[in-house]
Amino acid sequence: MYAFSYQRPKTLAEAANALKAEDAKLLGGGQTLLPTLKQRLARPSDLIDLSAIPDLKGVREVAGGLEIGAFTRHAEVGQSEVVRRVIPALAGLAGNIGDRQVRHMGTLGGSIANADPAADYPAAVVALKTVVVTDRREIPGDDFFTGMFETALQPDEIVTAVRFTKPDQAGYAKFRNPASRYAVVGVFVAKFGAEVRVAVTGAGPSVFRADALEAALAADFRAEALDGVAVDADGLNADIHASAEYRAHLVTVMAKRAMGTLE
Amino acid sequence: MANPNGIGASVRRLEDQRFLTGRGRYTDDFKRPDMTHAVHVRSPYAHALVKGIDATEALAAPGVVAVLTGADMEADKVGSLPCGWQIHSKDGSPMKEPGHFPLARGRVRYVGDAVAVVIAETREQARDAAELVMVDYEELPAVASSTRAVEGAAALVHDDAPGNVCFDWHLGDKAAVDAAFARAEHVARIDLVNNRLVPNAMEPRAALGEYDASNGEYTLTTTSQNPHVIRLLMGAFVLGIPEHKLRVVAPDVGGGFGSKIFHYGEEAVVTWAARKIGRPVKWTADRSESFLTDAHGRDHVSHAEMAMDKDGRFLALRVSTLANLGAYLSTFAPSIPTYLYATLLAGQYKTPAIYAEVKAVFTNTAPVDAYRGAGRPEACYLIERLVDIAAGVAGLDRTEIRRRNFVPAEAMPYQTPVALQYDTGDFAKNLDIALPLVDYDGFAARKAASRATGKLRGIGFATYIEACGIAPSNVAGALGARAGLYESAEVRFHPTGSVTVFTGSHSHGQGHETTFAQLVAERFGVPIENVEIVHGDTAKIPFGMGTYGSRSLAVGGSALVKAMDKVERKARKIAAHMLEAAESDIEVKEGRFTVAGTDKSLGIGDIALQAYVPHNFPLDELEPGLDEQAFYDPKNFTYPNGCHVCEVEIDPDTGVTKVVAFAAVDDFGRIINPLVVEGQVHGGLVQGIGQALYENCVYDESGQLLTGSYMDYCMPRAEDVPSFTVRTHEDQPCTHNPLGVKGCGEAGTIGASAAVMNAVVDALSAYGVTHLDMPATPEKVWRVIQAARPAPALAAE
Ligand SMILES: Cc1cc2nc3c(=O)[nH]c(=O)nc-3n(C[C@H](O)[C@H](O)[C@H](O)COP(=O)(O)OP(=O)(O)OC[C@H]3O[C@@H](n4cnc5c(N)ncnc54)[C@H](O)[C@@H]3O)c2cc1C
Repeated sequence: MYAFSYQRPKTLAEAANALKAEDAKLLGGGQTLLPTLKQRLARPSDLIDLSAIPDLKGVREVAGGLEIGAFTRHAEVGQSEVVRRVIPALAGLAGNIGDRQVRHMGTLGGSIANADPAADYPAAVVALKTVVVTDRREIPGDDFFTGMFETALQPDEIVTAVRFTKPDQAGYAKFRNPASRYAVVGVFVAKFGAEVRVAVTGAGPSVFRADALEAALAADFRAEALDGVAVDADGLNADIHASAEYRAHLVTVMAKRAMGTLE
Repeated sequence: MANPNGIGASVRRLEDQRFLTGRGRYTDDFKRPDMTHAVHVRSPYAHALVKGIDATEALAAPGVVAVLTGADMEADKVGSLPCGWQIHSKDGSPMKEPGHFPLARGRVRYVGDAVAVVIAETREQARDAAELVMVDYEELPAVASSTRAVEGAAALVHDDAPGNVCFDWHLGDKAAVDAAFARAEHVARIDLVNNRLVPNAMEPRAALGEYDASNGEYTLTTTSQNPHVIRLLMGAFVLGIPEHKLRVVAPDVGGGFGSKIFHYGEEAVVTWAARKIGRPVKWTADRSESFLTDAHGRDHVSHAEMAMDKDGRFLALRVSTLANLGAYLSTFAPSIPTYLYATLLAGQYKTPAIYAEVKAVFTNTAPVDAYRGAGRPEACYLIERLVDIAAGVAGLDRTEIRRRNFVPAEAMPYQTPVALQYDTGDFAKNLDIALPLVDYDGFAARKAASRATGKLRGIGFATYIEACGIAPSNVAGALGARAGLYESAEVRFHPTGSVTVFTGSHSHGQGHETTFAQLVAERFGVPIENVEIVHGDTAKIPFGMGTYGSRSLAVGGSALVKAMDKVERKARKIAAHMLEAAESDIEVKEGRFTVAGTDKSLGIGDIALQAYVPHNFPLDELEPGLDEQAFYDPKNFTYPNGCHVCEVEIDPDTGVTKVVAFAAVDDFGRIINPLVVEGQVHGGLVQGIGQALYENCVYDESGQLLTGSYMDYCMPRAEDVPSFTVRTHEDQPCTHNPLGVKGCGEAGTIGASAAVMNAVVDALSAYGVTHLDMPATPEKVWRVIQAARPAPALAAE
């Protein structure tokens, strides 16, 4: 770790101000940032720890869905009675991120700002008609993820919350990387009236919606409707854990399993 | 069992209190006044010339005390890290033994090879400065895999090892094997890879070097499984320090699995540097360094063939193996794919003729050496996979072909065609116990139930035998060992009757502080809390060879028994004198010395007091004191053996394999502490399952390590394994050591991988699969299913 100065602001305004320092970086749960620092792959001048800002924390039920503060840890979302009642699939997703230690540190804001192609939350953000709220604007969830580790955020923009729309039904299934526990493929299915959204994480450079699966499910909202619906392997990720072809196969399998978890 | 904490009692580990409450003292916990911190500058290339090192900027960085290189070591006449075992090739020539320097001299040969060390006031300062050391590399072509290494055009890792061959060795009777194959009715064949593994001890390696200029004494505190061996190797061969001026301490050590047996360059660097800069120097690996530089395990590519008669009786076994030794010879590297591997190829079977060839090669990867099981898991995996294939070829049930070929218990002692003589073992009994544990009879119904839910179920067997209790020094010496392999113990009774035991064995998770104390409690009737086991400090313990190869109890425990025999002999003399009886009239039982037929008796405590307060003591016959030392050199190896059965369920949609049941029946000879043994078996099984399903160390072709962190190197988790069913039986004790013990540290790892893979292949047999290399990752399993779809058996449904 290179030396940096550490700050722990108590308000969003203080944090925004501190972030103006050159090479300042926000610290969420530190689950990605701290290992990066330990490996000396980043050299921020300042770390602005968001953990002391009350406004960034907690789950709130709002009209039409949920608003979850950016500094809400995965474990809290996973265990929240409100999330379990309003969007159970979201609680299930959060409760299966990484391992217990990671879930008790990692945060929603950190996860989506980081935009790891293998992260789980992006699937929910895209499937659940969300709005990402920042310190200066609201970004539609559909436009938030722009590429591998890339988002629509400005370098000095702070995610403050995410608003999720309550679906009629939703389910999430994930094929875990056996080593890291991240998603090799994760599929979030959500139904809003006649509209079906199928968001896929892990498989590609960034979360995407699987048109063919959406069409099949819009026509017939049953797992069996996905039989024989193949996903193109072109452009999907390949690494020592899974080839593009295998990932493509898993997308359909996980979509079916997500249908099996509908709530 | 008279003593509640004696032999056979499941005494809870006495050391756990300190480990579980964070009070263990590990190398990195030691702090010295004026201590400095070392960080190594390591090669990012698998193979390169080092054309120059410019440390100007690093030396000017804050807190930097020194930057030292291979050239500095060379100027100080620091030697090469020695290899403890010499193998000769088929043609009689000795193995190639290239220099292996603590800091590279002019050329680096794997990613992680150290080129310089930066020493600074703090670790972070040393790290900062290490980035400022400018190394001028000229990259060379590299070779990472053993199969590539032996191709004609491959880059040469060492100029003096043509074809990258370290040795080309063989064992057994080739002519007899060829003759048997010529008359065979059936032949089973297999090509297999034993995947490379990273040991992953919980505690990374660390070393703290100190030098006291007032008396010229060095102290090295290090994460070692065998401090005396390190003292000998480093003192005599690398740094030229005589033993009496060098103390090596291996304090609490957080796991080794073999990787901490070896003498590593960093140990020499900190010891040498401590004198050079006149201050203590500490180095602690980070996890990335562990991945890159701990000696790895396994990495074999083999072809094997079994000749059988018409009834499936084994006639001959032919094996040829390519073993990857990495860039340099680690301390025991040459012995692993030879005498700890090929000698075990008989397994539990009476195969009359065996011939094995092993070609060991250098590659631009981290050195490969002993890793839990060390050669024996490779042998077991090869035999047991081949036996399953043989069952198919001969048309026999997999349990039946094993029974038909087992060495029968009545044939013990049994001389194998590959050098070893098994003393005891009842292999059919192991299998008989195992089958009901997994309800083998109910398997067909379970398989059908799985199929009804779209899953594939398989069951797999592995029988294993290993040579432990390493080793009779004369045998080891004849096979190329450059050291003896006995063990030492000293038993010191104190005046008030408490006992300190000094052992050459070393505990880094095995529980010696408990099990060794049980031996003393049993023998002398002293409360277990009055017994202290001291290990790991060359200034305290007699010369001993340390812990590896499941040898602690069989060899170290036997040395302890010998020392206790001596204590008892002397105590008897003292008792005879004090009780005014003839020595021959003294009866001894659990530390009580009684004149036969009388109620006159003394406890060992009274005798100890008399020995140290010799007011009335037979001084003309005996010296005061009750403190005896013994060395024990085993007469033979010990032969733990067993039968492991694994049941798996595979999800054909994803290729995920789940181990649903696992039973291990082991013959470890006599058991001292069943709880500790069960723990050892559990840990071993998880490691074996890890190799079969999860763990894989992967280098790309340019020699970059692709699995350098836990994000990519998959360790098994508790949730990945079922609740194990573990049984031992004790009716085949070892015949040649005083405790009748065989050892249990590696057994789980040795049998488990083969049992899992045999189960996986069984589950996939409907798809025509006869073999799959480890690890059976989801994609690999899915691919073989895809390749065979639709499976004949399933399509018929
Ligand atoms: C072993 C392990 C396993 C994991 N497994 C999974 C998994 O299975 N699924 C999964 O989805 N994730 C997984 N993760 C990721 C983890 O859950 C976190 O979501 C992730 O590390 C980022 O969240 P964080 O709060 O820790 O952010 P940090 O690491 O603190 O920050 C990450 C990045 O986000 C920025 N940032 C943080 N907060 C904000 C904000 N409010 N606004 C703008 N930018 C911000 C930081 O500056 C930094 O660039 C795993 C991590 C580990 C270490």
